[in-house]
Amino acid sequence: MMVWLILLPLLWASLAFMLGPSRGVWLSIVGLAAQLWLAFALAAEIVGSGAAMHAVGGWGAPLGIDLVADGLSAAMLLLTQCIALPLAVYAHAYFKRDDPATTYFWPLVGFLLAGLNALFLSTDLFNIYVTLELLGLAAVGLVAAGGGAQQIAAALRYLFATLVGSGAYLLGVALIYGTYGTVSTVTLVSLIGADAPDLVWIAGGLMVLGLMLKTALFPFHFWLPPAHGGAPAPVSALLSAVVVKASFYLVLRLWIGPFSSLTVVASLVVWFPALLGTLAVFWGSYQAIRAERLKMLIAYSTVAQLGYLFLIFPLLASAGALQAGIMQAFAHGLAKAAMFAAAGTLIKATGQEMVAGLAGVAERLPVTLFAFGLAGITLMGLPPSAGFLAKWQLIELALSQQHWVIAFVVLVGGLLAAVYVFRVLRQAFLLAPAGSVVTPVPRTLEWTAFGLAAASVLLGLRGVELMQLVGVT
Amino acid sequence: MTGGLLFASVGVILFAMGVAGVLLLGHLLRRILAFNIMGSGTFLVLVALAQRNGIADPVPQAMVLTGIVVAVAATALALALARRLYVLTGKLELSQDDEE
Repeated sequence: MMVWLILLPLLWASLAFMLGPSRGVWLSIVGLAAQLWLAFALAAEIVGSGAAMHAVGGWGAPLGIDLVADGLSAAMLLLTQCIALPLAVYAHAYFKRDDPATTYFWPLVGFLLAGLNALFLSTDLFNIYVTLELLGLAAVGLVAAGGGAQQIAAALRYLFATLVGSGAYLLGVALIYGTYGTVSTVTLVSLIGADAPDLVWIAGGLMVLGLMLKTALFPFHFWLPPAHGGAPAPVSALLSAVVVKASFYLVLRLWIGPFSSLTVVASLVVWFPALLGTLAVFWGSYQAIRAERLKMLIAYSTVAQLGYLFLIFPLLASAGALQAGIMQAFAHGLAKAAMFAAAGTLIKATGQEMVAGLAGVAERLPVTLFAFGLAGITLMGLPPSAGFLAKWQLIELALSQQHWVIAFVVLVGGLLAAVYVFRVLRQAFLLAPAGSVVTPVPRTLEWTAFGLAAASVLLGLRGVELMQLVGVT
Repeated sequence: MTGGLLFASVGVILFAMGVAGVLLLGHLLRRILAFNIMGSGTFLVLVALAQRNGIADPVPQAMVLTGIVVAVAATALALALARRLYVLTGKLELSQDDEE
């Protein structure tokens, strides 16, 4: 079952590529639906009988590559497939038949998902490097798909950032292999003790920093807004919702896995990601409040929301911090996919890219604006949304450990999110200027965005199941 | 200092030079070349550190082969994008002012 989550997207992506430019839509959608089913089945199996393992080709570690699905990876797999399927339906309606952006859209999405799924299942540091690169190259291809000069420049900037990030990660892997002679994360957990040599500390630092660069954590966020803000809407949604989460997942995996004894020794080190996360929340929100282009506003909101994910690191010692982090990843993933999808529809209908050009859309495109508002509720963290649940748990944990700062950052971040969400809503409810034209858009565009937004709010009501899944080891 | 450590140190220096080049240089071709130097440095560290009593370990060599394939693919993508940018704008540099 695990293997098919990786093979299936590779299969339909290759078939879609062979069918020729812009073909393979239905193939991809059927493939994605099957993947979604597989991800649900895997999650159900894990909740029932604990973590599952698969030795690729019958060769186990240390010589072969092991795939392991525990609660954390199953949850991330589920999130990825849950977002990819509605976005594929959205993309099919979004692109015109002869749009140059669709030429290689479907194969690239397939390779991107294969990289993501393989990354979540791998327990081999080097194999993870390969999946990181597969993911990065496919994502750069998608950013460049629009073909404009600005998109190509954004894609190149993204490419250099992602290459430096995975280069640093690979150097870390080289140092680890040089020290211990293995790259299996399972074996390394017992090998890396509190008395690890300095080289291992350097390796850990390089890997974590490289992955933070790929996650666009402040101050490494410079590449994200132009890349996510400039890409076609379905691509922005996919990148902002899941791709940046993949490297966050890896930081978390390494932190609680192989490097867990290091982080216990140096107790101050846990505050480093939290500090950067705090700065990300403030800086991202500030830039989102100032942004003039709608998609730029949403992209900076991603920078801010990624900051929350890193606030959990000082709290990881207590039960529930992991769940809060994954809940935030789900909340932001679903809400941000909905928000970019809604923004794409608004921009398509009004022909205006600026926030200021949105006047009157409340009247003309109520469903899309409602989707935007629902997604905003999740980002602000209002009940009963998944964002509320994540933030509530984060604040509760922070207060129980006397870390007032974290609770404060979460609360202020929610208020700042309200400022930029209401900036858009306020503009949307103004009267349309005379002579403005709103072109009709396909229903599918409106309702897929609405579905994603509704899921991000309603997930809050089913949070217990998700938290139970994440807890499975 | 053994031969392995010497090669590994050179690898680290190459990596640092490469990273500095990717981040600081302006010309796109130079940045792409710098990325390749960075990659070569990493591969050198990988092969040099993994020797046990002077006997080479085959596993990192297989990893380096994979790494080279990835680096070639990344270089090809970067070159294709750079060429496209040149066709569109007539420049082989990323301007600083298009960030908001």
